[in-house]
Order: sequence, then structure tokens, then C-alpha cells
Amino acid sequence: MNDLDYLKLTGFSKLAYKLGHFFRGIPKGFAGFLKGVGRFFVKLFVGIGSEIKDVCQTFVQGDWKTKMSYLVMGFGSFARGQWGRGLLFFLFQTIFNIYMFMPNAEFSGCYYLGKLSTLGTVATYREGRKTVYGDNSFFILLYGVLTLFFILAFIYTWRMNVKQNKLSEQILKSGKKLKSTKDDLKSLADEQFHKTLLALPTLGVTIFTILPILFMILVAFTNFDATHQPPSKLFTWVGWDNFHQLLSSDSASYGGTFGQVLLWTLIWAFFATFLNYFLGMMVAIMINKKGIKLKKMWRTILVMTIAIPQFVSLLYVSKMFAADGLINTYLMQWGWISSPIPFWTDPVWARVTVIVINVWIGIPYLMLIATGILMNIPADLYESARIDGANAFQMYKKITLPYMLFVTGPYLLTSFTGNINNFNVIFLLSGGKPLSLELSGNAGYTDLLITWLYKMTVSDTNYKLAAVMGILVFLVCAVINLIVYNMIPSVKNEEDFQ
Amino acid sequence: MSKKNEIPEVDIVIDHEAGVIREVKPTNLRSKAGHERRVNGSIYTLLVIISIVWLAPFVFLVFQSFRSYLTENGGMVAYLLPKKWSLDNYTWLLTDEKSNFLRWYGNTLLIALFCSVIQTGMVLSVSYTLSRLRFKGRKLIMNVVLVLGMFPGFLTMITLYFLLKQLGLTQEGAIPGLILIYCASSGMGYYISKGFFDTIPKSLDESARIDGATRAQVFMKIIMPLAKPIVIYTVLMAFMAPWGDYVFASYVAFGSEPNYNVAVGLYRWVNVNDYQGYFTRFCAGGVLVAVPITALFLALQKYYVEGVTGGAVKG
Repeated sequence: MNDLDYLKLTGFSKLAYKLGHFFRGIPKGFAGFLKGVGRFFVKLFVGIGSEIKDVCQTFVQGDWKTKMSYLVMGFGSFARGQWGRGLLFFLFQTIFNIYMFMPNAEFSGCYYLGKLSTLGTVATYREGRKTVYGDNSFFILLYGVLTLFFILAFIYTWRMNVKQNKLSEQILKSGKKLKSTKDDLKSLADEQFHKTLLALPTLGVTIFTILPILFMILVAFTNFDATHQPPSKLFTWVGWDNFHQLLSSDSASYGGTFGQVLLWTLIWAFFATFLNYFLGMMVAIMINKKGIKLKKMWRTILVMTIAIPQFVSLLYVSKMFAADGLINTYLMQWGWISSPIPFWTDPVWARVTVIVINVWIGIPYLMLIATGILMNIPADLYESARIDGANAFQMYKKITLPYMLFVTGPYLLTSFTGNINNFNVIFLLSGGKPLSLELSGNAGYTDLLITWLYKMTVSDTNYKLAAVMGILVFLVCAVINLIVYNMIPSVKNEEDFQ
Repeated sequence: MSKKNEIPEVDIVIDHEAGVIREVKPTNLRSKAGHERRVNGSIYTLLVIISIVWLAPFVFLVFQSFRSYLTENGGMVAYLLPKKWSLDNYTWLLTDEKSNFLRWYGNTLLIALFCSVIQTGMVLSVSYTLSRLRFKGRKLIMNVVLVLGMFPGFLTMITLYFLLKQLGLTQEGAIPGLILIYCASSGMGYYISKGFFDTIPKSLDESARIDGATRAQVFMKIIMPLAKPIVIYTVLMAFMAPWGDYVFASYVAFGSEPNYNVAVGLYRWVNVNDYQGYFTRFCAGGVLVAVPITALFLALQKYYVEGVTGGAVKG
């Protein structure tokens, strides 16, 4: 179908065409993804191969300083007068060696690496009055991962060290001078400035985000839970058992509950995103309408909900809706209802209430965003529409809405995934309640995946299932992102904005 | 708009039978103005209702915080206005021996101050680097951060807890521990300020480089002065976040009451302790937390709006 045919279609069949197009695109997108993964691995292996080749060549062709550097990192740099670089290389190697082969075996990298395959065999136990210390699966896993990180970093640095030697030789051969340590330091504020700026953030993210995430991904394949708490009870690898337990639908598994919670999470994210979006836009349009006075005051009143910490406002609001809270007692005093409305005890009421209260939280943000964008819509569009006789609703449908949707496409996406992980609102308002016997694993009717994960971690200490759930939440977000990213043109090309 | 340019608001009707164009009678025009007035009137009504709904909880909160603890019930009651207005709850919070409120307040303030300095430094260096400098691995870093961001934050909570425990930064050491955790990964939240840096023309950097400035000098002397709005936005966000964190703070400080932050302390009053007795105290504490934060926020509202709208449009 070409563009002209498409334009001839009516509104409904346009939508149908788009949807059809979208679903037909899924297999293609999936294939593209797989191809990308395949290409990545091919590239990786080819890359590793050529690196090894280069390392061997450098060794054969290099002088004795270079050859010596293969054993003692930084030797070449020292010998050629670049003591700053040499010192760094040498220090790194020393620290690495000490960590890996420490005399006190309990703390060395090799010890943890060796135990990684079993996660420890001897539990700590008491013999009479004496405590006999054994292995600790938790630390074996944690430091095992850390050690693997360290080894990778070492290989990378060692490779850099070799490359450095090759380069230095070439530079000296061509009769130029090598950079002195002073030049190196200077370049950190200039050509290499990005390294200076990124050093600390990268370190922080590696230790406090990447390492814990990898650790938890691995925990998903162990039986680390309330009955396997090291050091007295060790845990070990169990393969895909946990995924099976969470997803399969036997009576002993969590499959049914997981399906329900996932469904509610998606419903919640949908309403929390789009209801807020449209209502927030309405409020923004009302406030910004010509002839409305005190614009700043209305805006400030709404913005109050952003300013006040959520644990104050949401906890208070949640108490307002309690059975003995203000709303119920006043409604009863006025004689509108005879018994309290079960805001937090009836599944349907609770779900509706959290969505409605979330509108209260969400409208101000959207109002601010929409205000900024509405001001950017060229006024002459409206002027010409008015001359053509369009009414307010038509103008909204044909001008405001398409413009807003186009500009805020990426925002809608991030806010959708943000709402899947919207912990605060649910946790502070309902705490996931009401609970039910029909749901297993302590889940309640308003629990999102993320609050369920929290419950599993904190109240059930069921770390293995929490880890599996975390991975599944990631997969859900990643799939949604992948699909939508390919549909929105404005996020694809970053440089276009500049 | 000057009077001369104004288009007269006249509707035109074509009379096909007579073959002439007629202006609509003035009565119609007047009804149009009336229509406009009615629309505005209903908008005002809606806005007033919205304002009431939005402000009501906060007004109620303030009312209840002034209910006397000594002569009335300290829990939830079926009426709104206190029978006797008093400062009982506030004096208890601030002066009573059993109240740790001031301590919690100080803890949170300390965390917030440290975070606002360190996080701002982190976020600005990451966003500046990714926006202005071109180097190998830049795309890779952005993609890795994108992927990491899709993992739910609480997944790593226990690991972080044990990491902190190894460093001795839980319970008694909860304050430095929390600062460390809040700041360590803060570089990942670079999107909004990167969007801001992207809008500063590149020619500024280039001319400064031609004049012999190093990249560090360009960053400190040229870009930073221009980035005032985004710096204020980042500081504001970093300062406000610790006041609301309950989950991780309660996990790290568990069992060591003097090291709670306000969110943990007050939450426990409402949900864990006998909240019937502590409800009005919670309200008073909430007011004491909310007033300064809100004042600060409203004073710097302009920068917040710039940051949020910029971030949403750029994605």
C-alpha cells in the first residue's frame, strides 16, 4: 500500500492497518534482534582472535623491554622513562597478585573462585560450646563474582600494557619522543578529560549497581531462601528450578498468582500513565486558556503535591480512606452511607482507589510538562483553524493532541516503564493489601511485581524468587522498550536534537 | 496586540438565495461573548474544585497536628477541627526525652546536604561528558546505563545491605552508608542534564578551544556558568530525595532508632507502633518536614519546571 492509498482510508481502517502493520513487524523485529545477537558474538570471537594474534606478534617482534613487560607489567614504561604509567601498571599487578594469592587463604581470590562451583560444602556448626566455622555461600558467591570482575579487569589492563609497549617502540623507531608523565597528567585535563570525569561515577556504578545486579541474577539460579541462610545452612546451585516454581501452574507453584499480579501491574501502568496524561493535559489546557486569571496560583497549588515528601502525603491520604478515616466517618455522619466503604479491604475498591489517588499525584507533573509544550504550539495553527470554523474540541483533536503525542512520545514510554516499577504509591497507600488466600506467596490484590518482590525480600527472605522476579520485571520492561523504541522516530536519532 | 491589527470578530454568512454576503447580526456576536464567559465560568468552577481536592489533605494534616495530645485523643478521630488548638505535639516532638525526632531530622538533613553536593558533581560530570565529548565507548556506556536502568531498584537491596555491612556502614553507621549508596550510582541519572547540555551551542566550546583553553577549562569556565538552571535543578532533586526514602533507609538502619531518617521514624509511628496514640504526632512531624521542603521547592519552582519539561520533551 502506498501513501496515497493510505490517506484514502477512513479513520478506523487506518487504525486497523497500523495495528496489522505493527503485528506483522514483530517477527521481523525479533529476527533482527536475534541476527544482532549472532553478529555480536561473531564480532566478539573475531575480535578476541585478532587480539591474541597481535599479542603474539608483539612478543616475537618486540625488544627485551617489551618481552619483560609480559611478566612484569609496566616494566617497559619504566625502562623508557614513562615512570607514571609504569608505576600504575606495576601497582595494579601487585594489588591483583596480593588479592589472588594472599597467604591467608580465607580471603584470597583463588579461594573464592575455587568454591564458586559448589558455593561451599561445610556449614558452620557448633561442637559443644565451640563454634566451628565453615564456608559461607553468600560471600563465596559475592566475592567470586568480584574476583571474576577483577580478573577481567586484569586481562584488559595487561592487554593495554602490551599495546603500550608496541606503540612506544613504534614511536621511538620513527624518531619521535615519548610523552612524559607530566604530559600524561596534562592530557587528563584535555584530550583524556572524559576519563577524569567518568572515573568516579564508573567505579560507583560498577561496585554498587553492576556487581549487585550480576549477583542477584546468579542468586536466581540458587536455593537461597529462608531455609538456606548461611553460614549455618548453605545454599547451592539449582539451575532453572526457581523459574519453574514461579511460572508453572501446579498447585505448589506461584504461576497463577504471578499471572494475576503481572496483569494487574500492566493494567495499573496503563491507567497510571494514560489517565494521568490526558487529565493532566486537560488541566494544563484549562489553566493556560486565554482569559483565565491567576494562572500562577493554580499552578502553585497543584505543584504542592510534588513538593511535599510522598511519605507524608500518601500515608496521610491512605489513613483518610481507612475504614475509620475521615472520608468514611464524614460520609456516615451525613447519612450518605450506612457502613464504611471498604476502600482498602475490597479488591476492586482498593484497585480503583489507588488509581484515583495516583491521579492526584500524577496530574501536577503532567500539568507542568504539558504547559511547557502547549506554549510551543504555533498560535497561527489555532488561528487558521478558527477561521475555518473549527470548534474547541476539533482543534484539540486535530492540533493539540497530535502535537503533544509527537513531542512526548519518549516521555510516555519512560513513564509507562516507570509506573511498572512505581513502588512508593502502592507501598505507602495500600501496602499491596487486601491479601487473599487465592493468591500465594503473600501477594495482595494491589501488589505490583515490584512490591511483591519487596515483600519476598523483606518479610519472606525468599531471595531466590525475588531474584527471578527481578529478572522477569527487567524482561517485561525491556520488551516494551524494544517494541516502542522502534515505533517512535524521535528517540532513534540522538544527534538530531543537537 | 495593537488595536489596528485586531481582526474584528464577525461571523460571515453567505445568503445563497439572495446571492449576497451578510454579516451576522450583532445579537449573535453578543451571545458568542456570553458563551465565552460561560466557558470561563465553568473552568473557574472546575479549577476551584481541583484546588480544594489538591489542598484538602494538607489542610487536614495541619489541623490535626494542632489537636491537643493531652486533652483529646492522639489517634484518628471522627472530626476535623481540633476542639482545642494547642502546640502539644510540636513541643513533644522537639523537647521530650523520648522523642528522637530532632535526631532524625538532623540525620536526614545531613544526608540531604552531602547528597546534594556529591550527586550534583557526579551527574554533571557524566552528563557533560556524554553530551559534549566524543570518545570511544560513549555509545556503549549509554546503552549499558539504559539496560541497567530497566532492572528494578529493590532487586539489589539485599546485596547492597550486605556490602554495607561488610564496610560496617549499617545500623550505627547507617548515615554514611546511605550517603554512599545514594551517591554511588547517581551518575546513571544523567538524562535530564544531558538534554540541557545538548542545547548549548557547540561553537562556544570550539572558539574557546581555538583560543587555547583545555577541555577542563571549557567545562569549568564556559559551560558551568551557563548551566546554572540545571545545576540548581540537580541540587534540588538530590536534596529532596533523601527526605522521602523509607524502604532502603529502614532496611539499612533497622533496629538502631537514633540512626533513622525522618521517613523511617514517622512511618513506624503510623504503621508499626500503636498509631492511635501517635497519629497526631505523625501529623506534626509531617508538617515540620513538609514546610521547609515545600518552601524551598516553591522558591526554586522555575528551575524544576525547566528541568522537567526539558527532560520530557527530549526523552
